[in-house]
Amino acid sequence: MSVAPSYETVETDVLVLGAGGAGLRAAIAAADAGARVLVVCKSLLGKAHTVMAEGGVAAAMHNVAYQDSWEVHFADTMKGGKLINDWRMAELHAKESPERVLELERWGAVFDRTWQGRIHQRPFGAHTYPRLAHIGDRTGLELIRTLQDRAVHTKGVDVHMEVTVFKLLKEGGRAAGALAYRRADGSLVLYSCGALILASGGAGKMYRVTSNSWESTGDGTALAYDAGAQLRDMEMVQFHPTGMVWPAGVRGILVTEGVRGEGGVLRNKEGERFMERYDKERMELSSRDVVARAINSEVLAGRGTPHGGAYLDITHRKPEFIKSKLPSMYEQFLKLANVDITKQPMEVAPTIHYAMGGVRVEAETGATTLLGLYAAGEVASGLHGANRLGGNSLSDLLVFGKRAGDAAGAFVKARPTATRTTIDQAEIDAAIAELMAPLDHTAGESPYPLQAEIQDVMSKHAPIVRDGPELEAGLEKILELGARARSCGTGGSNTLAFNPGWHTAQDLHSLLVNAEALLRSALERKESRGAHARSDHPRTEEDLATVNYVVEKTDDRMRVRAERQPPMPAHLAEVLQQSHARYTPEATE
Amino acid sequence: MTEASNVELKIWRGDAKGGELVAYRVPVREGMVVLDAVLWVQANMASDLAVRWNCKAAKCGSCSAEINGYPRLMCKTAITEYGQQVTVRPMKAFPLIKDLVTDVSWNYEVNKQIPLFTPSEKDMSSSEPWRMQPNDVDRVMEFRKCIECFLCQDVCHVLRAHDLKSAFYGPRFMVRIASLEMHPKDVLDRRPLLKGKAGVGYCNVTKCCTEVCPEHIHITDNAIIPLKERMDDAYFDPLRSLLRMFGGEQKPGH
Repeated sequence: MSVAPSYETVETDVLVLGAGGAGLRAAIAAADAGARVLVVCKSLLGKAHTVMAEGGVAAAMHNVAYQDSWEVHFADTMKGGKLINDWRMAELHAKESPERVLELERWGAVFDRTWQGRIHQRPFGAHTYPRLAHIGDRTGLELIRTLQDRAVHTKGVDVHMEVTVFKLLKEGGRAAGALAYRRADGSLVLYSCGALILASGGAGKMYRVTSNSWESTGDGTALAYDAGAQLRDMEMVQFHPTGMVWPAGVRGILVTEGVRGEGGVLRNKEGERFMERYDKERMELSSRDVVARAINSEVLAGRGTPHGGAYLDITHRKPEFIKSKLPSMYEQFLKLANVDITKQPMEVAPTIHYAMGGVRVEAETGATTLLGLYAAGEVASGLHGANRLGGNSLSDLLVFGKRAGDAAGAFVKARPTATRTTIDQAEIDAAIAELMAPLDHTAGESPYPLQAEIQDVMSKHAPIVRDGPELEAGLEKILELGARARSCGTGGSNTLAFNPGWHTAQDLHSLLVNAEALLRSALERKESRGAHARSDHPRTEEDLATVNYVVEKTDDRMRVRAERQPPMPAHLAEVLQQSHARYTPEATE
Repeated sequence: MTEASNVELKIWRGDAKGGELVAYRVPVREGMVVLDAVLWVQANMASDLAVRWNCKAAKCGSCSAEINGYPRLMCKTAITEYGQQVTVRPMKAFPLIKDLVTDVSWNYEVNKQIPLFTPSEKDMSSSEPWRMQPNDVDRVMEFRKCIECFLCQDVCHVLRAHDLKSAFYGPRFMVRIASLEMHPKDVLDRRPLLKGKAGVGYCNVTKCCTEVCPEHIHITDNAIIPLKERMDDAYFDPLRSLLRMFGGEQKPGH
């Protein structure tokens, strides 16, 4: 296209990218602080990946186990994250999540109850006490619906659905806007804003077998990186131990940890309860990194199920119990795999689930290293360290969504004229030209096989257990794919109207930035810790427990450097040292 | 694995101006659902085929379509369920954007008109966590399962055949109102809304919505009929009308 297409300019105080739990909670907070808020999301409202969260939201409310406290939750989170977590985030999270859960209830969320009428809490992997407030196995749906209804009824909040942001814009070193296209008709929008909150989720789509939807292409991390913000812990991606493996069409779809929380056991094809050999104490409710690697090892040792996984069995529970506690799992297996989980075991294998790493944020505010840019939820990093505990994601969204919204609201209040920005026209034109390029050479390589190739490279070269030479080879391939992606087409059509081929071509860049950052950071971390296991560095190095790897764009190149965390204050160090509490979940039937 | 076989998948291609069914031959894999087949066509034969999907696990309600004439989620329908020929069309009750994607924004506008969950002043100001018994919340749990796939809206003849979107909110939002009205802590009276803009009277209980609900919510029996009863009780009970006539009772909503 010779003439740059025109765009509409929309002005707002706070622009929120993403309408999952973090984005919606942030939007409500920023609006409560008096800001005009615009939420932009790639899908329809209420469809964000948060709806897939099943098991629950972790909050030390001690409704089921009176011994629970924020201190225990803090220690569980730090230990589960293998100590590289941002300790201040872990502290805030443990202290504030009960308040955020109770607030949801006051906004209309309906949690499962105990017989005394309190919010029920279920046991989950690596949580010392039963801690997950839940609604059957559809906690995420309840959370997003409650926040969605609250947000659309909050004065000052507006939502633009099915809009994809492809570039962040700056003015004088401050995040000042974003360029986006509407998926329905390809028309362009320039959002001009006083502050911007990234709440765009993870990047699971860089792998073939994932529990993530098409949306999880790591846009937020890529946008922030391109704009000059720092990323952190990018080597840390979580394999959820239990994804479906069969039939092929459903491979990767999540099987909630709630199955194990409600008593489900893992067995290999010989019928052995193999977790005994990997974590005798916590068994199936060990942390996710341990369980995922255990299943992987069983398969590699030839003890896997026919489709290359393990058996997850809950048939010892009564059918009515299973159907009431795990209704969507029951439905999911019956419909998609023709397996009745009240009578037959499920076949499961690890699936890419969550990015612990992401944009580097400041604990209290979610502020990134770029002025005016905030991040919360999966796109941000720090809380989960090297491994996330189940249930800590939903609480993360609520606690840090609110904090980022509060901070962005206060930031724009202090700069009332900041929304009227003057952004460099040349920068806008260049970004638009890049966006439109695939439409100009539609006959170029199709983005669909390119995306599949990225997924294959990552699955092969950055699997559950990594090693240096494989990572090196993977990096080389990803850089090569980067060059091909820059000149790719749309798969054949040059229409602007709802053209998924063109949209997929845009997603490639985000996937590639995430993949490159993962590989480079994984090469730097020469040890095994949490989700990052290396066969050539199998030991956990004590000295690296306070080190994070930070990714940054300098001189147009991706650079990774180690950074040491400030020492933990005495009161937290003491909490960590004293926590040895162990709790074996008992049958509550 | 069984031998790969083919299925003829006809997909409606076009936009608001017009279109047609286009046939594609798709190799069938074990366990394939209609959405897999549609995405296979998109990746291999028609790169600009427009379709909405997200979770692929029947949890988000994005991939609603009419499969061989029946409103269903594509991710939950086995490709083999309909034999060798499968036809996929977009939802008919909503304006078409492109191919299988329709403009469902009207639903989001309706939701904005339904007053939010409203607890009593006393409950709101209490610093104690609420107590609610399992029995008291069981009833609304069913309604809260809704994934907003809008298949019930699509099949509702008030909306589909008569296009009475200005008079009736549709089954989805009856479920929404029921979830609020029957919440043990909600104190707002939505009966005037039900009688007025929400138009619960338009539903003549054919139960088509219940039949297509992928979450198996008993929309008609458990949501709409009780709401109709609540409204009738307030507005059309002859005894109450008499009472009102003599000033003994106020109209609902006052």
